[in-house]
Amino acid sequence: MNAIKRIYSKNREVYRLLLIIVIWLVFMALTKFKKFYTFKNFQTIAGQFPEFGLMALGGMLCMMTGGIDLSCVGIANATTIFVVTNLIATFGETGSMPLAYIFVIYLIAIAVGAALGAFNGFLISVIHVPPILATLGVNELMSGICIVMTGGAAVSSFPKEYCDLFSNNIAGVVPVRLVVFIAVALIISYMLAKTTYGTKLKLLGTNQNVAKFSGLNNVGLLFKTYIISGICSALGGMLMLSNYASVRADYGSQYTMQAILIVVLGGVSPNGGKGRISGVITAIILLKLLESGINRFQNVSSYYISLIWGAVLILALVMDYFSNGRQRA
Amino acid sequence: MQTTLKKLTQRNEFYTFLIVLALAVAVEITSGQFFTPNNAVDLASAMVVPGLFAVAEFMVLISGGIDVSFPALASLTLFATTKFLLDQNYNGPMIVPFLMVIVIGGILGAFNGFFIGYMNLPAMIVTLGASSVFKGIMQGALNSKQLAVIPDCMKSFGTGALFTATNTTSGLTSKMPLTFIVFAVVLLLAFILLRYTFFGRGIYAIGGNPASANCAGYNVKRTKFILYILAGVIASLGGLCRVCMMQQCHPTNMLGMEMNVIAGVVLGGTAITGGAGSLTGCFLGTLLIVMVENSMIMLGVPTTWKSVFTGALIVIGVGISAAQVDRANRAAIKVKKEVGR
Repeated sequence: MNAIKRIYSKNREVYRLLLIIVIWLVFMALTKFKKFYTFKNFQTIAGQFPEFGLMALGGMLCMMTGGIDLSCVGIANATTIFVVTNLIATFGETGSMPLAYIFVIYLIAIAVGAALGAFNGFLISVIHVPPILATLGVNELMSGICIVMTGGAAVSSFPKEYCDLFSNNIAGVVPVRLVVFIAVALIISYMLAKTTYGTKLKLLGTNQNVAKFSGLNNVGLLFKTYIISGICSALGGMLMLSNYASVRADYGSQYTMQAILIVVLGGVSPNGGKGRISGVITAIILLKLLESGINRFQNVSSYYISLIWGAVLILALVMDYFSNGRQRA
Repeated sequence: MQTTLKKLTQRNEFYTFLIVLALAVAVEITSGQFFTPNNAVDLASAMVVPGLFAVAEFMVLISGGIDVSFPALASLTLFATTKFLLDQNYNGPMIVPFLMVIVIGGILGAFNGFFIGYMNLPAMIVTLGASSVFKGIMQGALNSKQLAVIPDCMKSFGTGALFTATNTTSGLTSKMPLTFIVFAVVLLLAFILLRYTFFGRGIYAIGGNPASANCAGYNVKRTKFILYILAGVIASLGGLCRVCMMQQCHPTNMLGMEMNVIAGVVLGGTAITGGAGSLTGCFLGTLLIVMVENSMIMLGVPTTWKSVFTGALIVIGVGISAAQVDRANRAAIKVKKEVGR
């Protein structure tokens, strides 16, 4: 019993979420086994969560510095609209795109994401604008530019080779989008665990002044963080593009709040300095499983999902409150 | 004279006021229609709802918290009230919807206040979660749909006019809505509360430093709890004004207003970390956002550019004020060092 307790308290955020996942899976098994436990359903889940999962990973890094990134959806949409504009300009609305050109559009996406992320970083680290306002302003600005570029309508006639390829499953089993997500997650977890970046990030988030006097380059570090977050959002946007096969200025507008919710649920402290990538990934999966499970019940309005997400978030906080209280006493 | 001027230029509100003025002059030059009675009245009536939300958000920000749940809170309160009154075929005076909105808004605000005040959980996350919960209750449990009809008393309250302003050159008229009184009264009460009461000073003290506020004798937990109830009530009143003025209850069209309201309050110089800010600044910042949104057409800018301008305004505005605060801080440190020597 004590051993279990020790393991549990070692990584409380993750095990708490895993516990909720297990309870939910058992509940689904008891109620809707045939509809929920199908290969197709899990494949769909694995293909859908990378979109906002990538945004959440970027948001996690920002929140670990004590900041926040509200611009992920704006950056994602701006990226896709730039990419699609480029595709139409190069190949025409009905032309076909050689597959090698995918590298070019990914380069464009990463460049756009990095540039916008750098703009965030500039506002936050050099001008000292509060992160919540800087990223909010950039988000508004970007969605405005998207509306101006598209006239507010959806653009869906452009070469679709990219979308076809990325909405496919490798060997009919593993969704391509999942592979992109895993690749990014591995890179970020490597950076956090095996390079000094992760430790520096946590120190910066714990106390900016101490970090500064310990000789850290705060400005550079914040720049790097927001650039990575921008690139994550841009890649998330590229996955959205492959899913929807069209672009519009207001796609995915619910993802901003969803990404923050995931990050906080995953145990990252909004004051900075604390957080694990394993917690965030578990939270992403939990959220998607909840949503997908509720959709199996036809007579339950899908609007209850938002109620349940909110309740889970507050519940997680309250659980923290009581377990921390007992530790102190 | 010189010291007052110097003091003035160190204040954030002064710069917000300058931007408001510059924008007003720009609109006046391009359209010649800004300084007309009917435009002033139009702006005033557009200010009512964002203004009420801003007062609620302002008080929460001063205390060091943040509230992103008020659009969902107001939507839920208003939908529940309107639906209930319609089901009862309510025909009485306006006081009943007012009381209902105040009570429901207060209860929902207490939900936030309990977790933030008594359990000391981070405000950003609690209100984020609460926003989801309120939305879920409204759209799931209450099965909300757009209500095209609202009770008669609310209808007449929304269309009622204090006075009518006429533009002498174009002949256009604008009505000053009755709801403006709600805004004016709330603004006045908030001013008195923050300036002259123990509770109001407590809000500033908590935002500055909760531990020292506690030592100074403020009941931090209770103050926070009551504060979020108040914020819920004011936000719900804002929602009531909006429903009355729009003549219909649309459950989701208030959602998403939170970010622009927060931006407006902070543009007016309220510290997002709490403890500093003035109601004047809050008013000016909100006015600036409302003006940008309303003056696009008069400037001859297509409405598709609206978000670009709001975004640019937020980025430039907070950039300037952050640089300003930075400079002031540096100057303060310099003075301290010199005195120390």
